Amino acid sequence: MSLIEIRNVTKRFGRFAAVDDVSLKIETGEFFTLLGPSGCGKTTLLRMIAGFDAPDTGQILLDNEDIISVPPEKRPFHTVFQSYALFPHMTVAGNIGFPLKMAGKSSEEIEQRVTRTLAEVELSQFSDRYPHELSGGQRQRVAFARGLINEPRLLLLDEPLGALDEKLRENMQRELINLQADAGVTFIYVTHAQNEALALSHRIAVMNRGRIEQVDTSATIYNFPVNRFVADFIGKINLLDAQVMAISTQHLTLNVNHLGKIRVPLKASVNVNDKGVMAIRPEQINITALDPNAQNDGKRVGRIRDFLYIGDVTTYIIELADQVHIEALLANSVPGQAQRFEIGDQVAINWQENAAHFFPD
Amino acid sequence: MQLSNRLIKWLISGPPLVFLLIFFVAPSLIMIVTSFRLPGEFGGLVPLNIFAERSGIDSGLTLETYQFFLSDWIYLEIFLKSFVIATLTTIICIAMAYPLALLIANSPRKFRNLMIMLVVLPFASNFLIRVYAWMIILGPESTLSHVINHILGVLDFEPITLLFSPFAVLIGMVYVHLPFMILPLYTNLEKHDPILLDAAQDLGANRWQRFWSVTWPLSLPGIFSGSALVFIPVLGMFAIPDILGGTGDIMIGNLIKDQFLGTRDWPFGSTLSIMLTIAVLGVTVFFTWLARSVMRSP
Repeated sequence: MSLIEIRNVTKRFGRFAAVDDVSLKIETGEFFTLLGPSGCGKTTLLRMIAGFDAPDTGQILLDNEDIISVPPEKRPFHTVFQSYALFPHMTVAGNIGFPLKMAGKSSEEIEQRVTRTLAEVELSQFSDRYPHELSGGQRQRVAFARGLINEPRLLLLDEPLGALDEKLRENMQRELINLQADAGVTFIYVTHAQNEALALSHRIAVMNRGRIEQVDTSATIYNFPVNRFVADFIGKINLLDAQVMAISTQHLTLNVNHLGKIRVPLKASVNVNDKGVMAIRPEQINITALDPNAQNDGKRVGRIRDFLYIGDVTTYIIELADQVHIEALLANSVPGQAQRFEIGDQVAINWQENAAHFFPD
Repeated sequence: MQLSNRLIKWLISGPPLVFLLIFFVAPSLIMIVTSFRLPGEFGGLVPLNIFAERSGIDSGLTLETYQFFLSDWIYLEIFLKSFVIATLTTIICIAMAYPLALLIANSPRKFRNLMIMLVVLPFASNFLIRVYAWMIILGPESTLSHVINHILGVLDFEPITLLFSPFAVLIGMVYVHLPFMILPLYTNLEKHDPILLDAAQDLGANRWQRFWSVTWPLSLPGIFSGSALVFIPVLGMFAIPDILGGTGDIMIGNLIKDQFLGTRDWPFGSTLSIMLTIAVLGVTVFFTWLARSVMRSP
């Protein structure tokens, strides 16, 4: 039995369907992420789970019981808001103890549990401070502690790392993973940052225009996106116009613009002559220098047009033909070197057959 | 650049500074001195004689007026009564203004300005006219009086007069000062972040708990500034007790006015004014301290 089941939930604002016939199952102990661009409906879905909005149609089940008529304060879920929403007139201890106080716990129990929680999040010496006297990271930890102290069945997190700078965000991601594992609480995490989703989640639901495009583990979503939107939204990917030439039992043979005949893994419901795109991740392309004296027949050839040095990796922009480019990425494993090829170098590119995908239009 | 900035600051603050020096600081000093002088036989003051010691004539300076003020209970009683009226007015204003300010702050943005305009609309007509209107509303021949006395008659009670009573004074005070409570409260409530109420609800607070744990404590600064704006003017008010109060309903303001315009005892009037000023300062310090101690956070 799933902890939370969302059944055919639709929410409209006027004629616009913010969430359009969404169904999901979330298991106990899972770190589940709703990922999508802004306006995809992920926050609306989260607000419906929290109870702030009611779906127009559909059901939200907790332990197989419909909870749509249960108000937010009665749901065993807590939310960590994007702005943290810490109470400015309460101290750190007051904020963290708030859910216990609302639950009618005795003041001794509140004090005891707050003290323990403060120690866990390493904020003991800040217990009498007010939120405005804390740094962003500390406020963040107070928000997590406040959300977790009353042991909710489910913690909802609405882009909680959005306001932090990059370095701090990376640290907080690690803390968040540990926190979830230690607390054993089910997390539903909303974000538009695909790298954050990949790093944190057990499973990800990719949302677009109120619908769910794909639900799966990070690695499956990254490596086997089901459609062009998911492929394009998660990570970087090269998209080249292509047409299906032939279909065998295991492969599609494509005619790719400027690259010629390419075999990719078979895809269901594709017909010969279908048009679409071939997709391939930059880091899955292998670049080798082209020896001008050797036989180069049958190789896929391009010319280095530009490169972008980021430190750990360098992205090469390879020109296949006029105005047609493909990006490839190489790790800078050799010290002191910014790039392995010069602009204008002729290179050969290749990849493993199952690295490329075809997405029909 | 530094110098010219400083010059500009002085030029800007100069005129109001001079104005306040001439029309506030100087009169206050005169009042202080006057409170230590002796009243003239037909009003005014006994002339000062700084060489009094040597010539053996009365110097014209005395502490008697303060002794007189403190020795007669009637004056302290009037002070106390004024404090009671001011406190009651403030509490009633909070009780009446809070729901309205909350309603306005939670209304759609486009209606808020209209509603605030309606709150301040009474200021468009003269203060005295509005208070006189209450004379008619509360008068013995008014519909209100008839209705109330009819009900009292049915219930076998003695008829009452509404006008010229502490009740009428209180109504007038609340009526005139209500906007001064609504405006600061609204300004405060309007700034509250609605996400805090969502967070409180999410963490288990019901409607009542949300109000008392979030809205109310965050609105305390608004309540404090509104209370100061109501309490202090009510304390010194003389027109409303004059018009709506009975002979026993005089407040500090009336007493001071009488000393200058009636009995022509300037030193006693000045003494009363200074005692009022000290009382107001005390109240202000108290409110500031209260606001600080309750709200350590912004």
